[in-house]
Amino acid sequence: MTCTEFLAQLDDMLDQDWAIPLRADLEEHLRSCEHCEITLNTTRKTIQIYRSHELYELPDDLRERLHRAIMAKCRKC
Amino acid sequence: MSSSIQSQGTAEVHPDVLLVERARQGDMAAFEKLVRQYERQVFRIAQHIVQNREDAEDVVQDAFLKAYEKLDQFQGNSKFYTWLVRIAVNEALMRLRKRRTGKMVSIDEDVETEEGSVPRDLADWSPDPEAMYGQSEMADILRKTIQGLPPGFRVVFVLRDVEGLSTEETAESLGLSIPAVKSRLLRARLQLRERLARYFRKRDARSSQDGAK
Repeated sequence: MTCTEFLAQLDDMLDQDWAIPLRADLEEHLRSCEHCEITLNTTRKTIQIYRSHELYELPDDLRERLHRAIMAKCRKC
Repeated sequence: MSSSIQSQGTAEVHPDVLLVERARQGDMAAFEKLVRQYERQVFRIAQHIVQNREDAEDVVQDAFLKAYEKLDQFQGNSKFYTWLVRIAVNEALMRLRKRRTGKMVSIDEDVETEEGSVPRDLADWSPDPEAMYGQSEMADILRKTIQGLPPGFRVVFVLRDVEGLSTEETAESLGLSIPAVKSRLLRARLQLRERLARYFRKRDARSSQDGAK
């Protein structure tokens, strides 16, 4: 398996449950290709970091103000 | 077990569908429940697209108002949330367009770039990149990095990977085909990875690379 073939399946590998072992040919490529291993692991990490950080928090006071504004607009129409 | 077998045969009605039904008949409290349920997510999505809080607030208000006005058009063959996100994404893109004084903004903008479609930064990351930065510094890095993506990649990544919509729901929300969502998602992920590498690379790897330049 070439790196290009491996990368073509990167999405499937990222989207599957991380606990499930990869297919044998993918595992074999990973064992012999450090670059693809790094690409897979760091892309996983990228997703995980974005998932675990709330970048745009909605503080309670703003949420309440926004909520009231939404409902007021809808009641008027 | 018997209940799960039974439920396989009958289509389960999502609780949102009942709320929409009640809202259509004028039950404002039912609509308010839907607003409560999704205002936070819609705000996050809006802010990821328009990238400032004031515009995001306007987008959220306009999106819910539009959803309320169009409740009759909600078919019920998709989730209410997916339908709502589609409205919000369109509102957010319109807002971006206004801000850029009429310049077209669409989710197809700048997606033809080849940047990041092939991994170039092959250095390994620190085993715990999150420990390298404080909370707020990390949030700044993540915001700055995702803001650098074209809107058409950013929104796919946010819906699919941050908000957890399925590929099908993301496609429906954006009016894109499933292959288009998959292709944009892969490139968004790789571009983000590439851009984050400069922050998260192992320190020794970075210094040796700098030395090689």
